[in-house]
Amino acid sequence: MSAVPNAEQVLSEDARRQIDHWVAKYPADRKRSAVIPALHVLQDGNGGFLTEALMDALAEYLELPPVQVYEVATFYTMFDTKPVGRHKVNICTNISCMLMGSDEIVSHCEKKLGIRLGDTTPDNRITLKVEEECLAACTGGPMMVVDGHYHTHLTPEKVDEILDKLE
Amino acid sequence: MSEKAEASNPDQVTIEVDGVEMQARKGSMIIEATDQADVAVPRFCYHRKLSIAANCRMCLVDVEKAPKPLPACATPVADGMKIRTRSERALKAQKGVMEFLLINHPLDCPICDQGGECELQDLALGYGRGVSRFSERKRIVKDENLGPLISTEMTRCIHCTRCVRFLDEVTGTSELGGMFRGEHTEISTFVGRGVHSEMSGNIIDLCPVGALTSKPYRFSARAWEMLSHTSVSPHDCVGTNVQIHHVSGAIKRVVPSDNESINECWIADRDRFAYEGVSSDERLDVPMAKVDGRWRAVSWEVALEMAGDALKAFEPDVIGALCGPQATLEEQYLLGRVLRGLGSNHIDSRLRQRDFSDQARRPAFPWLGLPIEDLDRQQSVLVVGGMLRGEQPILNHRLRKAAKAGAGIAYLNPVRQSLTYAAEQHVVAPADLVPALATLVAAAAEAAGKPAPEGVAALQSGRAIGETEKNLVARLASADRSLLLLGSYGEIHPQAAMLRTLLAHLAQLTGSRHGVVAESAAVTGAWLAGAVPHREAGARPVAEPGLDARAMLEQPRQVYLLCGVEPELDCENGAAALAALAAAETVIAVTPFVSETMKEYATVLLPASTFGESAGTLVNAEGRWQRFPGVAKPPGEGRPGWKILRVLGNQLSLDGFDYNAVDEITDELDGLCRDVVAEANPADAPGDALAYPDEGLQRIGVVPLYAVDGLVRRAASLQHTDAGRDIRARMHPDEAGRSGLDHESWVVVRQNGEDIRLPLVLDDAVPEGAVVVPAGVAETAVLGSQFGPIVVRKA
Repeated sequence: MSAVPNAEQVLSEDARRQIDHWVAKYPADRKRSAVIPALHVLQDGNGGFLTEALMDALAEYLELPPVQVYEVATFYTMFDTKPVGRHKVNICTNISCMLMGSDEIVSHCEKKLGIRLGDTTPDNRITLKVEEECLAACTGGPMMVVDGHYHTHLTPEKVDEILDKLE
Repeated sequence: MSEKAEASNPDQVTIEVDGVEMQARKGSMIIEATDQADVAVPRFCYHRKLSIAANCRMCLVDVEKAPKPLPACATPVADGMKIRTRSERALKAQKGVMEFLLINHPLDCPICDQGGECELQDLALGYGRGVSRFSERKRIVKDENLGPLISTEMTRCIHCTRCVRFLDEVTGTSELGGMFRGEHTEISTFVGRGVHSEMSGNIIDLCPVGALTSKPYRFSARAWEMLSHTSVSPHDCVGTNVQIHHVSGAIKRVVPSDNESINECWIADRDRFAYEGVSSDERLDVPMAKVDGRWRAVSWEVALEMAGDALKAFEPDVIGALCGPQATLEEQYLLGRVLRGLGSNHIDSRLRQRDFSDQARRPAFPWLGLPIEDLDRQQSVLVVGGMLRGEQPILNHRLRKAAKAGAGIAYLNPVRQSLTYAAEQHVVAPADLVPALATLVAAAAEAAGKPAPEGVAALQSGRAIGETEKNLVARLASADRSLLLLGSYGEIHPQAAMLRTLLAHLAQLTGSRHGVVAESAAVTGAWLAGAVPHREAGARPVAEPGLDARAMLEQPRQVYLLCGVEPELDCENGAAALAALAAAETVIAVTPFVSETMKEYATVLLPASTFGESAGTLVNAEGRWQRFPGVAKPPGEGRPGWKILRVLGNQLSLDGFDYNAVDEITDELDGLCRDVVAEANPADAPGDALAYPDEGLQRIGVVPLYAVDGLVRRAASLQHTDAGRDIRARMHPDEAGRSGLDHESWVVVRQNGEDIRLPLVLDDAVPEGAVVVPAGVAETAVLGSQFGPIVVRKA
C-alpha cells in the first residue's frame, strides 16, 4: 500500500514524543481522545497549519480512520488545513463583542492590512481568521486573540499597536 | 401499575402512547416502541440498524412531565411514561424542526431523483409550511465525486449522518465524515478519495433526501411509475433478497429486500448494480446457428431441431454439459434430465473446482454448517481458504458483527485480506494450506490428549506445532459457539478434499461446527437438482458417475451443452476449456449473452433469460430454497432457460417434459428432495491428498469481486470501480526482488506457454513463493489454471 504514508516517516521524533505524552493520559483503547492535542503539536511544528499527509500520519499513529482526524481538524477554527501567515489574528465577532463594536475592529484590520477575513497578507505576515465562536472573554469585548494571546478592550489604536509589533 | 408490570415481566415497562397503553422493552427508546405499535413518528437520522445520533430532532414528542419535547429516538422508555406524538406541543415542535431543515434545502424536487420516494418530501407535506418564511440566502455545497456508483447533490443534505454512521459502524470503512461545523457542515471524504466499500450502495437507500442517489439509475425512471418484485441475487451463495424495480419489464434498479435472517436490510454493491449487465450490448436476442461456417439468425424451430439432431447423432458418452454459476434450480434439474435422458452422466456445475476425489462421500449438498444469521453469534471462527470480503460480502459483514461482539476471527489463507475488523490472519502459500491445517489438527489432538488421526503427521510436511496453533485451537475448543468454514477458495483448491476432511477432524477435536462456503449461487442447488455427475435429482447417488467439470475438459467430449456458461472465464482452467470447446464437433449454448469467443466455438446459440427474466429458485449456502418470479422479458426472442430446456426435452422425445409453469418443476424437485438433510462433511480417514502442482513460483488465481459471472462482468459501473479495474499481478516485495522486479511497473506473466502483460503491485499481503494473478477476467483468460506454476519477469 504505497499510497499511505508511514507515520514514522512523516511524524518527527519530537512530535511523536509529544503525542505519546498526551496519549498516555487516556485509557489505552481511547487514543482518539488525544486527537486535539496531537493536532496542536503537529500544527505548531508545521508553521501553523496541517497537511493531509500530517493528518493521515496522525490517523495511522493513533489507529483511527483518517476521516475522524479530518473531522476534528475542520471542526475547530484553531486548526488550519491550508497554509497560513506567520501570525494568526482571531477577532471575536460573537454577540457580546459585536455589541461592543467588533465590526469596527474587523473593518479597521481589513483596511489596515488590505485583506479580508480569512485571507493572509501577501508578505505572509498575518492571517485574519474567520472566528465564528465566542472566545470566552465577554467582559473585555471587543477582543481578539493573537497567536494564542488574549487582547481585550480593543480600540483601533490599540489594534494598530498590537499588529505593528508582529514581525 | 409498575408493580403489575414488574410482576408480569421484569424486562418490560408499561407506557402510554397517544392514550393507548402498551408494553415496551426496558431500556429501549420511545421510537422503538412506537414503531412496533405502528405509531408514525417522523424521523430522518434514526435508523434501527445504526447508532443513535439524535441530530435531526424531527422525532420530538410530547412526554408528560417533561419540560420540553423530547427526541423519541434518544429517550428511553420508563414505566408509566405518557407520550403524545400528535399533541399540539409535539406537532409544533416537529413543524418547527421541519422549517429549520428546509431553510437550506434547495426544494428542487422536480429535478431530484429522490422525488416521489423522499422522506423529506413526504414529511414536508405533513409538517412543512405552505410558504417559506425564509428569505435569506441559502447555502450551497460543492459536490464531490464519490465514484461510479453514487451520485451526489450535497446541497440537499440535511446532515442526518446516516451515511457516515453506516460506513463507520456497518462496513467499518469510515470513508465519509461531517466536515466543518454549524452552517458550514458538509458530509464529505474531505480529501476526495471517494467511497469504495463493497457495500457502499446502501448509503443511497439510507439517505432520506436526494443528496446520495444511484449513479447508474440516475434520471431513468420515477419512483411512482415502477413496479417492485422480490427476487434473489444470483452472485454468491448467500441468497441475498432484493427488490427489482422495473417499468413494464425493463429493470431500472435493484434495492434490498429486508430479510433479517439473510441480508438484514443491506445488499452488496454487486447485488445492487449487476443488473446493468441485463441490458448489455452482448445480449443474444435471436436463436442463431452456424451454417457452413457462417452465423445466421434462425427460427426457434430450426435452432431446436439442429440442437436436438446434434445431440441424437452422437453416443451419449461423448456428450457433456456444463451449467453456469447463476443457473436456477429448475434449469439445473431440466438440464440434468436432458443429459441423463440421453444416457450421459457428464454434467457438472462445479466449474472452478479441481478436486472431486471425495464427492461420493460428501453429504447431500455443500452446507454452510449453520444458518447465516447464527454467524453473528459465533464466539470463535476459523475460515480456511476464504477471502470472504471479496467473495461473499454479506457473510463478511456477519463475521464483522461477531468480531465487534468480541468473537475471535481467524483466517488461514493464501493472501492477507484488507479487513475492517480485528482478525488473526495466517497467510501461507497455496501449496501449504494442507500442511498448515494438518498442523492445527495435530495441535487440537495434542490439546485434547488424543492421538492425531492417522496420516496427519505426514500431511504436516515437517511443520511443527507452535504457540500460534496452540492458541488458535485452544480458543476454538474453549468457545461455546465455535465455527470452522472452508471458504470458496478452499472449495476450489487442488487439495480441497483433504482440506474438507482435515476441517471435519479439527471440528471434532475442538467441538466446533463446520461447513463450506459454496463458490457460486448455483453450486448448492446443483447437488440437489442433479446438475453434478455423481448425483441425480434429490441428491441420489449415481451408480456410475459421469465426468466432472475438469475431466470433461481434460478428456474432451465431441458435443457440449452449455447452460449460462462462458467457459473461458467461468471455468477453473479457461484456456483448457476453450481448447476443448474449439475441438468439439458441436457446442450448443443456452445463453443470455453472446461474445466473439462464443461465436468461434459454438454451433447453435439459444437466447436465454438472465437475472430477473425468469421465475426460478436458488438454494443458498444454508440450504434455504428461495423462489422468485420473472419480472422482465428477455430481449427479442429470448426465452426463460427452463422453457428452452423443456422444449429441448420434447425435441429429444424424452418423457416427462410437459411442464406448463415453473412451479410444477420446482414442486416435483421439492418432492424428490424431501429426504435431503443438511450435513457437514464427514471426518473420514485422511488418507492421501492429491498432489499439489508445486514447482517454482505459484499462481494464486483469485476471482475478483466483480468478475464472478457474465452479468457482473457486463455491469459497466461495477467495472469502473477501483475494485473492478484492479487487474494487476501482486507479489511480495522480497519475492519480486529475487526476480529482479524492484518497483511497480508492467511485467510479463507466463503460464501455460502464454505471455501476458500486467501491472505489478508489490504487496506484503501475498506470501513469498506465490503471485496473485486475477482469474475470471478477459485479460488473463489465456493463462489457464488458477493454480500451479507461473513465471513473472520484467516487461
